[in-house]
Amino acid sequence: QLKCKNMFSLLPGHIIKKLVYVYLMRYAEEQQDLALLSISTFQRALKDPNQLIRASALRVLSSIRVPIIVPIMMLAIKEASSDLSPYVRKNAAHAIQKLFSLDPEQKEMLIEVIEKLLKDRSTLVAGSVVMAFEEVCPDRIDLIHKNYRKLCNLLVDVEEWGQVVIIHMLTRYARTQFISPWKVDEVVDEYNESNFYESDEEQKEKDQKMKTTYTMDPDHRLLLRNTKPLLQSRNAAVVMAVAQLYWHLAPKSEAGIVSKSLVRLLRSNREVQYIVLQNIATMSIQRKGMFEPYLKSFYVRSTDPTMIKTLKLEILTNLANEANISTLLREFQTYVKSQDKQFAAATIQAIGRCATNITEVTDTCLNGLVCLLSNRDEIVVAESVVVIKKLLQTQPAHHGEIIKHMAKLLDNITVPVARASILWLIGEYCERVPKIAPDVLRKTAKSFTNEDDLVKLQILNLGAKLYLTNSKQTKLLTQYVLNLGKYDQSYDIRDRTRFIRQLIVPNEKSGALSKYAKKIFLAQKPAPLLESPFKDRDHFQLGTLSHTLNSRATGYLELSDWPEVAPDPSVRNVDVTESVRHDSEDVKKKAKGISKRRSTSSSSDTESSSSEECSSGSKSESDSKSDSESGKSRNATSNKVSMVKYVTTQVSVPTKTHELLHRMSGKGLAAHYHFSRQPGIFGDHMVPVQVTVTNTTDQKIENIHIGEKKLPPGMTMHEFNPIGNHILACEVAIMVQGIDFCDSTQTASFQLCTKDDHFSVNIQPPVGELLLPVTMSEKDFKKEQGMLTGMNETSATIVVAPQNSTRLVIVERVVKAANLGVVPSGQDNIHRFAAKTVHSGSLMLVTVELKESSTAQLVINTEKTVIGSVLLQELKPVLSQG
Amino acid sequence: MIHSLFLINASGDIFLEKHWKSVVSRSVCDYFFEAQERASEAENVPPVIPTPHHYLLSVYRHKIFFVAVIQSEVPPLFVIEFLHRVVDTFQDYFGVCSEVIIKDNVVVVYEVLEEMLDNGFPLATESNILKELIKPPTILRTVVNTITGSTNVGDQLPTGQLSVVPWRRTGVKYTNNEAYFDVIEEIDAIIDKSGSTITAEIQGVIDACVKLTGMPDLTLSFMNPRLLDDVSFHPCVRFKRWESEKILSFIPPDGNFRLLSYHVSAQNLVAIPVYVKHNISFRDSSSLGRFEITVGPKQTMGKTVEGVMVTSQMPKSVLNMTLTPSQGTHVFDPVTKLLSWDVGKINPQKLPSLKGSVSLQAGTSKPDENPTINLQFKIQQLAISGLKVNRLDMYGEKYKPFKGIKYMTKAGKFQVRT
Repeated sequence: QLKCKNMFSLLPGHIIKKLVYVYLMRYAEEQQDLALLSISTFQRALKDPNQLIRASALRVLSSIRVPIIVPIMMLAIKEASSDLSPYVRKNAAHAIQKLFSLDPEQKEMLIEVIEKLLKDRSTLVAGSVVMAFEEVCPDRIDLIHKNYRKLCNLLVDVEEWGQVVIIHMLTRYARTQFISPWKVDEVVDEYNESNFYESDEEQKEKDQKMKTTYTMDPDHRLLLRNTKPLLQSRNAAVVMAVAQLYWHLAPKSEAGIVSKSLVRLLRSNREVQYIVLQNIATMSIQRKGMFEPYLKSFYVRSTDPTMIKTLKLEILTNLANEANISTLLREFQTYVKSQDKQFAAATIQAIGRCATNITEVTDTCLNGLVCLLSNRDEIVVAESVVVIKKLLQTQPAHHGEIIKHMAKLLDNITVPVARASILWLIGEYCERVPKIAPDVLRKTAKSFTNEDDLVKLQILNLGAKLYLTNSKQTKLLTQYVLNLGKYDQSYDIRDRTRFIRQLIVPNEKSGALSKYAKKIFLAQKPAPLLESPFKDRDHFQLGTLSHTLNSRATGYLELSDWPEVAPDPSVRNVDVTESVRHDSEDVKKKAKGISKRRSTSSSSDTESSSSEECSSGSKSESDSKSDSESGKSRNATSNKVSMVKYVTTQVSVPTKTHELLHRMSGKGLAAHYHFSRQPGIFGDHMVPVQVTVTNTTDQKIENIHIGEKKLPPGMTMHEFNPIGNHILACEVAIMVQGIDFCDSTQTASFQLCTKDDHFSVNIQPPVGELLLPVTMSEKDFKKEQGMLTGMNETSATIVVAPQNSTRLVIVERVVKAANLGVVPSGQDNIHRFAAKTVHSGSLMLVTVELKESSTAQLVINTEKTVIGSVLLQELKPVLSQG
Repeated sequence: MIHSLFLINASGDIFLEKHWKSVVSRSVCDYFFEAQERASEAENVPPVIPTPHHYLLSVYRHKIFFVAVIQSEVPPLFVIEFLHRVVDTFQDYFGVCSEVIIKDNVVVVYEVLEEMLDNGFPLATESNILKELIKPPTILRTVVNTITGSTNVGDQLPTGQLSVVPWRRTGVKYTNNEAYFDVIEEIDAIIDKSGSTITAEIQGVIDACVKLTGMPDLTLSFMNPRLLDDVSFHPCVRFKRWESEKILSFIPPDGNFRLLSYHVSAQNLVAIPVYVKHNISFRDSSSLGRFEITVGPKQTMGKTVEGVMVTSQMPKSVLNMTLTPSQGTHVFDPVTKLLSWDVGKINPQKLPSLKGSVSLQAGTSKPDENPTINLQFKIQQLAISGLKVNRLDMYGEKYKPFKGIKYMTKAGKFQVRT
């Protein structure tokens, strides 16, 4: 509280509000009573007409961690989840997680909200709601079915953080819903790379069957196709997410495309490098081919931090094969000399691994390692000894010389692991060096008490082995060592001593075992496998925290195996798109955008694939939400069309399309336009116009763009981007352009050009489209109206058709005819609408007052009297017609 | 996702903490300190550290550790990338990102962090949106604020968050409309003892500074787009257009931003613009070694090589170096054993060289490896890959903008093994 007071005195103005919010969130848990005082303020703000204020009120309210207000939060979230503004709905999705962590008992109710928000078509909401889904109910995969295709299609336009979350979720989803695309690969792979993927006999048989039957589910393909462009993202997390998606879901032949992007990430900061290299290390074990072309990108620089160096080394080792091993070994030679000794040691290990994996170079490597034994640095020598020991085990036949050499080293080396390794080697192959071995035992027996435990154990081992093979020379020595061991401080060593003595020294108590002592000690031992530490990491999903740590992190969700039989794919069908799936090949190709939205499409029916049908398609999405600006409107789909990247939150769905160019006069090119009422795509003064171009010819039309413009003074136009590539025969393209009509109904003339032709076309706006809806209260409306009387008022009495006299119908018809915002009204017979002109921002107030005997008074108040009167004329028939 | 953030300075003090969910005690950082102690250098602190109840993900920049605390499974790159974004934002706001600056602007820092994450999930990370929400401090504004008592919190509501082009503010106005593009290429190379190239590649970026009124729609095309092998874009670039026509089409953010980073395809042989002649030898018998390096230009397309800087990490047994440069200045730090030689411009007629002797610690044997030489240089008005911008067009606005394109080649990670 003291802190709080200080803040008030120090900081002026409305910064206080902001900091109080921060303070509230931080301390609400500790001072619950104080926090409760603020709740009503936020509740009030939740009803604010401004969407940003509603959003931040919800944000703060849900961040107050006081259990008592859980019901209030729940209510607020529910309300916000059906808010008109997508931004508020996004915040509702965030609030879900907060409430869930505060009170997990609300889970069921929250899932309902998640279900509702998952249906949302706004890109703003998608990432956040999937995040909430992952946190609250990641196992409810059934909620995803209906939204799967939509999420795939929206993905490119979602903000980057949302993309990561969605991609990870979709990876898990796909693994439960589609059948493995790998089985086909395996059959093919058998011919070129047999060890590519381990497959047992049984599976192969199955493969043969699969080979003929497997076709990838189109939804599976859709996911792969829609994530691919994200490899170009500047966000490393997105790139990694796509990479892991391809790794876990794509056919093996396609997964290769991610390697280039992953290698690109290596230019980034060390932390990013660290994670990416780890993932590449895991990948490179299973599929060498993916990264072989980038071998040199993993060369180590002396300035890399040690952890990066070791990871790069790991990858280089994984990538080593007969073809590149000689270059690699030369490179390794430089690393061995590195001043970073830890890294030098790791390099020696790597050489050892290459030597065992590639038999051609085993001898070369071994010779190289033996040379290293004369190195000055003890760590290097020690590491070489350990590696040589492992190598010799694999082929001990003809390496007596090396063992002798190593025995000599024993005098100088002090590193325990190395000494132990040498002793073990000599013990193991004592028959090959019959003269040296006893001498070594003699020397080490002398220094026994000063040795490390590890070395002591090996001295005991050596003694035992010599006793069994050469007891004449070494009996006494061994017994001496055993005696020393008996009184050693470490119980391990005492235990071992006792065990060995019982086993090898024959006495009356020793049982049958001592007969087999030689077999026990000098059994043929399998050579150790030199394996990558990343070998077993692949059971974790790549790119996850668990993979990085190589242990299950809390909340890690297992990636399930592919199902044997694909679950019913029809669960993903959404009503509207149902017919599309059974359509001809031609339509399937254009899986995105328009063709998906078509309700009754058929590829041959070229005429009807024009804009008219597009709009009818979007009209049928009756679950649409509305936007904040006009109280009565719809949030339309985000049409991702080939050329223009835009996501719409349409204010209203204008159904009427106007012809821009008839196909007869356009030599097969038909164009329609309609007013899409999407606010602010091109700036404040532009009226967005959606132009739908249809190619009705059977040839492609290239390079559609806007040519010469003949605009009245003051009028400006924001062109759509030229369609540089072509639209194919019978295809439809949608472009959006913006025109600043300067609040006049004058015609905008311009030329629509193709590669060869140009056609003059005109766009004339209905006056209703020159408006932007405004939200205001009834009180404000009346106040403004009071100021716009006299000259500024036009009115007319009209006859209203009887079926048009209900509130709903009036509102619907008026809003459809003109881009007006609905003003709440206290009286049943008076309906008010408000808007401002797009260019100048002058208010336009429309009042419809129902009178008796089915007449009505239509009043328009505005400074722009010309537009006002035109609008009056246009609105008149709207209500009188049946 | 991200629970808390701790900022830790070089001396191991936590000087800022921020929690987005319930409060996590700062004692969790003890695990971090432990790991820090184990790693000899700051660079070797592992970016991911598991603790019994939390996971610590950290990035190290500007001598500050940014440690994020998370509680459950999350893609580690997600957190790391976000932390880097935080640092970038601070840099963007305050010019530099240092402990002092952060402490001086602690209010703005808290406000920014509050807006960047909601419940641990990124909310507004675009600098354009953030700047609309919270104005960056300037000297003038600080003065005005103290006098008038106003604040950095923006007056307008951030409509950008709702827009379809979230990276651009609406209603941008400039009297001079300018668009500048810098094509900067960096050569990463490893040169071996004999002077032959082991690996060399070119990575480039196009940084832009766009100050244009309204909602301009730009297209940028290249003479030779085929050179670009792998690209990553700012979100504003229309990917489809690039795929089909190899043209960059975008509505630019306002101000400075990185439009594109690219990698030049490996088939093209990389021209190495400089060479280093070196003669470094240590002898077993004496404690004196010889040291001699000469830097010279090659394949520079007639351009001058400037800003040349040679650094080299000497072996530990080197006590001191007595050197004379033919130009520039050199420093040898006997503690870190780092030799740096600021050469400046290379004059092809008179090649810069550095000669002298190295004194080694008596009694120690000669080092196994000769030191690696790291090179930095700059060449103005040259993109070494040969990439050329063809033209820049603007649609959507009426005025004529001033356009400028600059090329530069720099050394990236350029190493010469000796």
